[in-house]
Amino acid sequence: MSELIKLVEATVENRRAEYPNFKAGDTINVHVKIREGNKERIQQFQGTVIQRRNAGSVGETFTVRKISNGIGVERIFPILSPSLAKIELLRRGKVRRARLFFLRGRQGKAARIKELKTAK
Amino acid sequence: MSGLIGKKIGMTSLYNADGQALACTVIQAGPCVVTQVRSEEKDGYKAIQLGFGEKKEKKTTKPMLGHFKKANTTPKQKLVEFKLFEEEHELGKTLLVQDIFAEGEFVDVVGTAKGRGFQGVVKRHGFGGVGGQTHGQHNRARHPGSIGACSFPSRVFKGMKMGGRMGNNRVMIQNLRILKVIPEQNLIVISGSVPGSKNSFVIIEK
Repeated sequence: MSELIKLVEATVENRRAEYPNFKAGDTINVHVKIREGNKERIQQFQGTVIQRRNAGSVGETFTVRKISNGIGVERIFPILSPSLAKIELLRRGKVRRARLFFLRGRQGKAARIKELKTAK
Repeated sequence: MSGLIGKKIGMTSLYNADGQALACTVIQAGPCVVTQVRSEEKDGYKAIQLGFGEKKEKKTTKPMLGHFKKANTTPKQKLVEFKLFEEEHELGKTLLVQDIFAEGEFVDVVGTAKGRGFQGVVKRHGFGGVGGQTHGQHNRARHPGSIGACSFPSRVFKGMKMGGRMGNNRVMIQNLRILKVIPEQNLIVISGSVPGSKNSFVIIEK
């Protein structure tokens, strides 16, 4: 990619460093800014990351899945979007693939992900 | 109408204040040099001619070398005339992005569209095709259908939309918003897409 394009992207790219390095299988809490008229408030969305798309580019997005009142809900966030206030990494998951779409067909105990324990 | 000549660098995406991703095109606009000033008295109309892009002296013809020498500049790759330029500029003056454009303004961009080669009517003119695969349509899903009546007029009317060469023509895209101007690198970031391939010349008009 052209150096000049990278220069234009650098203005949005600096947000990436503020976020923890999470990947598919991790449980995260996303703080989303929501504007209602002139007021701005923060909404939280907590769930499992099931994929990160176009990683490394300005168009990178990630999908978070959670079960809300028994119904599976997925939200897709652009990682460099200015409407994201904060991302908290709560738990690292031990998974063997980058896209966890198999979770969609599972409920309850079957949808659990083992925690990744790193040796110290 | 004021404007500049530029080179398309490529596309990327930026976010606006609401968090929406906007597709945008990065163009290197200018620096352009005024190579000729057309006046009412001498030429019958008012315009200025701008030059952009460096060219080897060896590859420039003698008459063109003289033209550039008059403006006291080096040979340029691309020359474009802009009619009724808003401000007056004298010969040999260098115009930069920040002189002409500002953030939030709307511009028109002219470029040469990518050549598509010989294309059928579905891609070239937006025909719907036959619309189905059954009822006896075994080999004509993207065909134009009838191109006219029978014994009268016994010919196909001129201008009938048919397959043929597509692209590689001059295209203007109007009302594109300027998202950003970066004077250090002569860059301008425009919302939306712009005709042509990367590294092709574009004309940005205001």
